Amino acid sequence: MSAKNESALIPVAKVVGRPIPLRGNDIDTDRIIPARFMTAITFDGLGELAFRDARFSQDGQPLEHPMNDPRFQAKGPRVAIVNKNFGCGSSREHAPQAMYRWGVKALVGESFADIFFGNCVAMGIPCLIVSEADAAKLMDAVEKDPAHDMTVDVDARTVTFNGLTVPAQIADGARTQLLKGTWDATRILVDALPQVKETAARLPYTRAFAG
Amino acid sequence: MGKSLLDKVWDLHSVRELESGQTQLFIGLHLVHEVTSPQAFSMIREAGLGVPFPDRTFATVDHIIPTDSQARPLKDGQAEQMMSAIEKNCREFGIQFYSPDTGHQGIVHVIGPELGLTQPGMTIACGDSHTSTHGAFGAVAFGIGTSQVRDVLASQCLAIARPKVRRIEVNGKLAPGVYAKDVTLHIIRKLGVQGGVGYAYEYAGTVVDAMTMEERMTLCNMSIEGGARLGYVNPDATTIEYLRGRELAPKGAAFEAATRWWLSVASDADAKYDDVVRIDAADIAPTVTWGINPGQAIGVRESIPLAKDYSADERGTVEDAYQYMDWKGGEPVAGTKIDVAFIGSCTNGRLSDLREAAKVAKLGHVKQGVKALVVPGSQEVARQAEAEGLDKVFVAAGFEWRLAGCSMCLAMNPDKLVGRQVCASSSNRNFKGRQGSPSGRTLLMSPAMVAAAAITGTVTDVRDLLAKGNA
Repeated sequence: MSAKNESALIPVAKVVGRPIPLRGNDIDTDRIIPARFMTAITFDGLGELAFRDARFSQDGQPLEHPMNDPRFQAKGPRVAIVNKNFGCGSSREHAPQAMYRWGVKALVGESFADIFFGNCVAMGIPCLIVSEADAAKLMDAVEKDPAHDMTVDVDARTVTFNGLTVPAQIADGARTQLLKGTWDATRILVDALPQVKETAARLPYTRAFAG
Repeated sequence: MGKSLLDKVWDLHSVRELESGQTQLFIGLHLVHEVTSPQAFSMIREAGLGVPFPDRTFATVDHIIPTDSQARPLKDGQAEQMMSAIEKNCREFGIQFYSPDTGHQGIVHVIGPELGLTQPGMTIACGDSHTSTHGAFGAVAFGIGTSQVRDVLASQCLAIARPKVRRIEVNGKLAPGVYAKDVTLHIIRKLGVQGGVGYAYEYAGTVVDAMTMEERMTLCNMSIEGGARLGYVNPDATTIEYLRGRELAPKGAAFEAATRWWLSVASDADAKYDDVVRIDAADIAPTVTWGINPGQAIGVRESIPLAKDYSADERGTVEDAYQYMDWKGGEPVAGTKIDVAFIGSCTNGRLSDLREAAKVAKLGHVKQGVKALVVPGSQEVARQAEAEGLDKVFVAAGFEWRLAGCSMCLAMNPDKLVGRQVCASSSNRNFKGRQGSPSGRTLLMSPAMVAAAAITGTVTDVRDLLAKGNA
C-alpha cells in the first residue's frame, strides 16, 4: 500500500487529529525505524515497528513511551509534536512511512531535518514549524489534557489545540504543493519530459563532451 | 557578483520553475541500491510509468550484502529477496547493475567515484543520505527518499528548493595523526548536528585544497551528519587528476573538453555566500564521539563534557547520551575499553583509509577479546589493497579481512554488535542501535584511531602509537 494516490491531486490543507508529543531533540531516523526492519521490498507492516527500540525492551516488555501511553491511543489520524531536528540522519523514507502507518498524518515541531521533511512532503504529510516556546506550550497542554483534536492548518499556517492557537511556518514551496495537491510531484515532472530532454541535451556530459 | 558552484550547477540543471516555486531539477546521475529502491520500482509499475533515462541510473548492492560470503542464494531469505528484486528491476528497466559478479560491486558512494561516474558539475541523487560524498568532485549531490527515487526514475528530475550555501574554510595544516575524519567530526562538533539544516556546505581553505580526493570524500560524506543535505569542494587539479583514466570518465580530446567545463563550474572568487565559517586546523585533534549523535565529539585527550556546560535545551540529549553510553561526565574518553573495531563504510572504506589503518596495525596485534573487522568499500578497493598486501598486514595483526559492503556501519547484513558491546568505528553514525544491537554503543573515529583501539583494546591517541612506531 502506498501512502499516496498516483492519479488524483489530493490537497492537504488541514489535518485534524489527536496529538501525541514525542519529546527530544535530534531524534534520528534509525530511532524511528531501526535498519533491521528494512530488509523488505515493501513498506508493509512498518507501522507496528515505529520507534520499536524506544517502545519495547529487547525481551519485548513495553517501556515508558508516549506511543505506549494509554492516554495517547486514540483511533484515527494523529499529529506528532516534536522538538528540534526531528528525523535527522538516514534518508530512509521508511521512517515517515512507519509513522504514517502508525497513524501520524501531520507533524508539528521546532525544526525538521531536510531529507525527512522532503520525504514527508512527497507523502503528503505536512510538517509545520513552531517556536520553541510554542512547542513547549503545545506539549504541556496535550500532556495535561490529551483528549482533544489538534488542528494543523497548512493554509492559515496555524496550529490549534484546545483553545490555544499558535503561528506556524512551512516553506512556501512545500506549502503550495500541499495546498494544490501537487505534493506527489511525479506526474508534474513527467509532464515536462520534452523540456527535460532539452535540458539534458544542453549538458555537455550527456553528450560525453563530444562537440 | 559571482556565483557559487551550487548556483551554477543548479541553474544549468533547472528544467523549469514549478508552480510551487521549487525547481524541476534534472538529475545527471542517479545511483540506486537495494534498500530504498524496490518500493520505488513498484510505484513505477503500479502507475504505469517508464524509466526514460535508464542510462543515467546505475545500481549496486551494498547494504544487505554479507561480507563473509556473497554466494547465492544469500543465507538471509529477506536479503536474498532484496537481491533478486534489484536484479529483476534493473533488468526490466534496462539499468546497469553492478552485481558482485561484475567485479565492480561495492558501496554505492565508493563505486561511483572509482568508476568515474561521479564528475564535477553534475547533479547526483541517490536514496541514501551519504550521497553528499560525491560533492567532493564539485557535484551537487544529495540523498533522497523512496518517493523521490520514483520521481527520478520516472522523470530524471526532482521537485526541490534551492538550499542556502555556507562556505566552511579550514586553514592551516593538519598535524600528523589528524585526518579528514577528524576535520569533519570537528566541524560537526563546532556547528552542531542541526547547524547545516537548509544549507549546502562548500568546503574550502588550505587544508581542503591540500586534501586528496579520498579525503575530500570523507569530508563531504559527513555533511549530512552536520544537518547539511549536501557538501562540496570546488573542482581543481586534484579532481581532474583523479578522474583521468577512470573507466567511465571521458577519454582523449573529450577529457580535455570535460576538464575545461569541470573547472568552469567552480565558485567564482567573488561568489556570495549566505554564511562563512572559518576553522583553524591547529585546533583539530584526533576526535572521538562519546554520545549518540556525531556532534557529541571531543578530542581524544579531552574528557566527557559535563551536562552543566550545555544549554538547557541541549541537556536532554546529553543526559540521554550519558545513560545510553554509560558515562557520568568528566571522565576521560581515552582508555575506554572496546569490544569491536570496525574499519570500513562510505566514510572511510577507501584505499587510503586502509593504508593508514594498516600502518597502525603493523605496530601490534589485535587485543585479546576484541573482534576487529576490515571491510573494503568496494571490490576494486579490495583488489588494490590486496595487490599492496594490506590484507595480509591486517590478517597478521588479527583483523578479519572481509568482502565489500556497508557491513557494520548500519548492520543490515550479519555484521552486528551484540548486547552492550562498544565499537570503535570508522563509520558515520553513533545513533542508538545503529550498529545492529538496540543497546550497542558506537565511538566514531578515524580508521587509524580504530586500528589503534583494536590493538590496545581501548580508545587510544593514535599519535602515541605512531610516535612509538617511529622511535
